[in-house]
Amino acid sequence: MNNTTILVGTRKGAWTVTGSADGKQWQVEGPQHLGAMVFHYVADPREPRRRLMAVGSGHLGPSIFRTEDGGDTWIEAAVPPHFPKINSPRADDQEEGRSVDHVFWLTPGHASQPERWYAGTSPQGLFRSDDGGNTWQEVKGFNHHPDFFDWRGGDKDGTPDGPKLHSVIVDHTDPKHLLLGMSGGGIFESLDEGESWIPLNKGVTMDFFPPKEDGSEYEYGHDPHCLVMHPLDNNRLYHQNHCGIYRMDRDRSDRWERIGDNMPKDVGDIGFPIVVHPRDVDTAWVFPMDGSGQWPRTSPEGKPAVYCTRDGGASWIRQDKGFPQQQAWWTVKRQCMAVTENRDGIGLFLGTTNGQLWGSFDEGESWQGIAMDLPQIYSVEVVSQ
Amino acid sequence: MIQVFLPSQLESYTEGVRELSFDPAALTIESGSAPTVLDVVNALDERYPGLAFRIVDEQQRIRRHIAFFVGEDMVRQLDVPLGPDARVQIVGALSGG
Repeated sequence: MNNTTILVGTRKGAWTVTGSADGKQWQVEGPQHLGAMVFHYVADPREPRRRLMAVGSGHLGPSIFRTEDGGDTWIEAAVPPHFPKINSPRADDQEEGRSVDHVFWLTPGHASQPERWYAGTSPQGLFRSDDGGNTWQEVKGFNHHPDFFDWRGGDKDGTPDGPKLHSVIVDHTDPKHLLLGMSGGGIFESLDEGESWIPLNKGVTMDFFPPKEDGSEYEYGHDPHCLVMHPLDNNRLYHQNHCGIYRMDRDRSDRWERIGDNMPKDVGDIGFPIVVHPRDVDTAWVFPMDGSGQWPRTSPEGKPAVYCTRDGGASWIRQDKGFPQQQAWWTVKRQCMAVTENRDGIGLFLGTTNGQLWGSFDEGESWQGIAMDLPQIYSVEVVSQ
Repeated sequence: MIQVFLPSQLESYTEGVRELSFDPAALTIESGSAPTVLDVVNALDERYPGLAFRIVDEQQRIRRHIAFFVGEDMVRQLDVPLGPDARVQIVGALSGG
């Protein structure tokens, strides 16, 4: 392979990992922002020397840093994502007191909007920058949608460290077409660049709520973990949910099909990340975790494995060659799988909760450790070549 | 003069400066009233742009793991008035083992 640059965000800072042309030698550089939580570290495919980093400090609150020179120098956003100040909240005013705890997700805008970025936060909010990430404003059509507080549910509807707005997707064929996921709320779609939104959750199981007495589905309130749109086909969507793995062909239906039902029953179809093959709409990879009993969120039975489908989810293949075969209790968070392509093939990467960065250069058939002693990994992204 | 002491967590914003002093009259030159903790925060932000949002959120609440002391008293609101020789210390609160 050509040189590969991997951006790794962790609980204790960020690192850059560069691979040699043959993929056998790797150099780890860093840390950047040692001691801070780096939730997402993303290169700009429109300007590869530009990168943005969502940084959270236990003391100093949320921020975004950006570099224009490939990471040599960093500048903090002049106006980080923030909710409006509410001066005189009424007792029943749900707007009261929203403040960003951390920026969780970063998405570069459409190729035709080179300065546009989107950010998802916890508590859940959608923000936008039109100056390369220096100043951020709310996407009011979402954050202040009349149904927003119904969509997102209560304080109990979210991950332990706060519900996340994640998986902000900009349709590569239409900058006005946006999708996003709320870990407490579900998947939502906009066709007008964020002015208006509709829930997109039909067919998704929600077994943490009682069934509706009239037998109908919940329209929102779901827990998507990771959502992807295929780069070759904007109608092919996949998503890994708290309640299974799903696929939708948007031009044919607005209903999700649970393709995770075809996973081995003893492994299940719970997990965080899902990534797709850049040249094949029917190939995707997931990393299952144990979602049974107490929800340990570890590799099932301590045996980590990637599962790959080559047929759009009709069947799944276990890929664990190179991983520990027992007593390995790590898992992989939602931003922690990445795929890249260059003239030599596909590179597949994942970062683990115990600070290991793994890579595969044969489409998941076998895995090799790249960096094994980093802090808990929060995000893995590859710089486009 | 109002003395202000800053925690190590803010060094990257102040180029290492940990102690400052402000003329209380200059803090409230427009209103003429007694300065408050908020006036100190605003003065810090004027000198070091972006610093205020690191210690106070968008609802003007002191961040969860930041503590403000006036003298030896911890204060939880920014409207606390300050005497002409007040000692204000901002600390990174204990948030780990």
